[in-house]
Amino acid sequence: MSKPASGTSGTQASDSVLARYEPVIGLEVHCQLKTASKLFCGCSTKFGALPNHHTCPVCLGMPGVLPVLNAQVVDYAVRMALAIGAQVAEVSVFARKQYFYPDLPKGYQITQYDLPYCSGGGVRLSSGKFVNMTRIHIEEDAGKNVHADSASFVDLNRAGIPLIEIVSQPELASPDEAADYLKRLRSLVRALDISDGNLEEGSFRCDANVSIRPIGQKTLGTRCEIKNLNSFRNIEKAIGYEILRQADVLDNGGAIKQQTLQFDAGTGRTSAMRSKEDSHDYRYFPDPDLGPLRISKERVAVIRAALPELPEAMAERFKREHGLNDYDAALLTSDRDLAHYYEKTLKLVGAKVQPKIVANWITSEFLREVNTREWNLAAPPLTAEHLAELLRLIGDETISGKIAKTVFETMVSEGGAPAEIVKAKGLVQVSDTGAIIAVIDKVLDASPKQVADYLGGAEKLIGFFVGAVMKESGGKMNPGLVNKVLKERLEARKK
Amino acid sequence: MASPQPFALTASAIAAQVRAQDASAVEICEFYVKRTAAHAQTLNTHLFFDADDVKAQARAIDQRVRSGETLPLAGVPVVVKDNISTKGVPTTCGSKILAGFRPPYDAHVVERLRAAGAVIFAKANCDEFAMGSSNENSAYGVVKNPWNINCVPGGSSGGSAAAVAADLAPIALGSDTGGSIRQPAALCGVAGLKPTYGRVSRYGLVAYGSSLDQIGPMARTVQDIALVTDVISGHDGRDSTSSKLAATELASALKPGESVRGLKIGLVREFFGEGMDQATRAAVTAAIETYKSLGAVVEELSLPALKYSIAAYYILATAEASANLARFDGVRYGHRHQEPGMSLKSMYRKSRSAGFGREVKQRIMLGTFALSSGYYDAYYAKANRARQTIANDFARAFQQVDLLVSPTSPTVAFKIGEKSQDPLAMYLADICTIAANLAGLPGISIPCGADPQGLPIGLQLMAPQFAEEKLLKGAYAYEQASQWHQRHPSL
Repeated sequence: MSKPASGTSGTQASDSVLARYEPVIGLEVHCQLKTASKLFCGCSTKFGALPNHHTCPVCLGMPGVLPVLNAQVVDYAVRMALAIGAQVAEVSVFARKQYFYPDLPKGYQITQYDLPYCSGGGVRLSSGKFVNMTRIHIEEDAGKNVHADSASFVDLNRAGIPLIEIVSQPELASPDEAADYLKRLRSLVRALDISDGNLEEGSFRCDANVSIRPIGQKTLGTRCEIKNLNSFRNIEKAIGYEILRQADVLDNGGAIKQQTLQFDAGTGRTSAMRSKEDSHDYRYFPDPDLGPLRISKERVAVIRAALPELPEAMAERFKREHGLNDYDAALLTSDRDLAHYYEKTLKLVGAKVQPKIVANWITSEFLREVNTREWNLAAPPLTAEHLAELLRLIGDETISGKIAKTVFETMVSEGGAPAEIVKAKGLVQVSDTGAIIAVIDKVLDASPKQVADYLGGAEKLIGFFVGAVMKESGGKMNPGLVNKVLKERLEARKK
Repeated sequence: MASPQPFALTASAIAAQVRAQDASAVEICEFYVKRTAAHAQTLNTHLFFDADDVKAQARAIDQRVRSGETLPLAGVPVVVKDNISTKGVPTTCGSKILAGFRPPYDAHVVERLRAAGAVIFAKANCDEFAMGSSNENSAYGVVKNPWNINCVPGGSSGGSAAAVAADLAPIALGSDTGGSIRQPAALCGVAGLKPTYGRVSRYGLVAYGSSLDQIGPMARTVQDIALVTDVISGHDGRDSTSSKLAATELASALKPGESVRGLKIGLVREFFGEGMDQATRAAVTAAIETYKSLGAVVEELSLPALKYSIAAYYILATAEASANLARFDGVRYGHRHQEPGMSLKSMYRKSRSAGFGREVKQRIMLGTFALSSGYYDAYYAKANRARQTIANDFARAFQQVDLLVSPTSPTVAFKIGEKSQDPLAMYLADICTIAANLAGLPGISIPCGADPQGLPIGLQLMAPQFAEEKLLKGAYAYEQASQWHQRHPSL
């Protein structure tokens, strides 16, 4: 658990807080669906256009325009519902949520209120704990206000971009669980190919409802909502801080005030945005411009049939069919592109290389480079073809595992195909028994004392001879052969 | 009664002449431009009129005719209510908050009219955001009734109705949320149709009560109503409430002399209640006698749920309006209050306070209240249930009869200022028309008489949803048996 920012008065060690209070956390995730056009008009959803370039009379809220629902959005939303085992409502309703803000062109947001399209379902955390979902609904995003020194500007490129809001039950018990839950959701939407799940660009945003209660108490404490958390780190930090803040208030005899908070990543603290008293009355009512949203059983069946394999099922398959352990299977399936990379490599290496070897190389060597060099997993510079080629070279004993690491480093730093690197640098493994015998005899001739000791019973000295032989050969000798031949040559000297 | 004058051409006749190149669109428009120059200012019917633009449009249409295009509305001038979006042409909705606003797009109906060879002739004055029954709520002054300039033309499509009545154009478009086409048509002595909800695309109609609003034509004859309805109706993918049901050809369905023998007409008892003036009662009764003489069967029936219609309407329409009008916030277009160092909240407040008129503010407040937390069930939800009950009553009635008949308005045109301080009396002006909007039914008003001072009286017919053909055939039969549609006010 995160520690509160230093200097926060009266905060106590987190363990002692958790010994007395139980945190109750629920998350609301706004996930941008990656359709080509907006929810209610044909404007592009591409990120990064000049301000207000992806707008039209509809998303600008011009007088007289009307919304028309993007059917692709509904299909994507249903995919998500099915993936978490939720119920898809045959009839749901779009409502107007009314408030004034310059980034909201119509003066209301079209969303779903009392009749969302999806309810129930849940997600399993890595600990095995199942987190239930309350609901998912479809809604449009607002635009963006940009503040300058003397004026404010409004960019409506984002206005009308389709979102699903995924609401969990308040069943998460720690910042770690919250972060794990979010990672699960993110890998799910990416596996479903319905969202980029990009936190930095805002296509995956999270609000956290946090309350604490004395351990053993049945009723929930007063909750506070932390808005717009935009990285896994900030989510953990913000929730961690908020738990300690609330504990601090209660410990000092105070009461938690229901309020909306913002998190400052710089100071690591939450602070009040608005309290319940000035909360809006959004005056929701069904949008008369859109009829009820009807999703037929047939449509749901078609979407279900086309559902891709989900991370959990994929991990099970990797364990069952490839003999991977829990850790590797979970790690490889945590990201759709990583899983694809693994499967592609595995397919290319052929039967001589065990899946376990492929998994090891990807989870250790490859992921290390992905993280340090910030590679894009969808198109990494080190291709699956090249990695597979490298692993094949190990499999057919062209190079040793040790040499392979050197080749890998060259592939990363200079690029190029592993076979060519091996050839160019003369790294081909020596498996010619005659050549091996020659080197071994040379080493044994140079170390009469060690040979005598070995023959006298000091068999650990085998390591010394192997090392010397490998050194003499520049590491290129087939280690299995070296071991075998070395023992034979030593035995031969007994006579 | 003023005698029919030679200029009183119908849209059907104009289009036929222009298509045959017996007259040019330019000649037709020159005539109406002259009439407009002479009378539009006095009557205050127009909020925007540009004679040069009209002539340019007319020339282009003549060109299209010469190049062989067959245009159903060739050269027909159409006055468009100012709450219907016209590309590059001011569209103010009769409100100061949209003063000078030029939309970047044409409404669906305007696109259809242009494609059919009509001339978008002028923008018609109306009650602000279509909220009113007298046109007194326009920020640009009241429209005068061509039959008596001391009287209101009705509302909210008062400018459209008065323009057709005064022969400033053969056709106008209005919009009808609670009677805003039919009631001014009645008070100005012209025909006006509110089509079935979903028959005409609302794309480009500045919304008042979205679940009730419908665009429709106003004309001198039922034939012209049919002609224009054919052009503007049909599915539009930009309006999710637009019906996919194919629109039947109405103009060709109307056949002179076709009998209405056996047509069952229901006389709704609730529409003949208190507050109805003597002349109206007499004229409507006479019209019913005419139907009987034509062989129609008239039976009296009751729709008890109608007593909820005004209350339900003023909750639902204002609730929807309170959200629909939120976009007029001074941020992107329209009036913005300017003041150095002003806060956002105060910009909103001052822009909207100055931009909206009294009636609009009143309805926004009513609607806001009805949707407020704690009141939603008592008002909005209950009004929706009442609406359903009313629709059920109509459905039952239409199992017995083909059409329903009533006066369009309980009274003839009243004096300007007479009811403007009494909102309840004003709201009762729509008592006969509101129910059709709540039930989504088509309704038409046609001239059926005049009071002793010559002020027109309208007859309303209503039909089941999407039964426009039945409705217009019924109206056409009466029109052929009467001369009320041939009266013109003397100006």
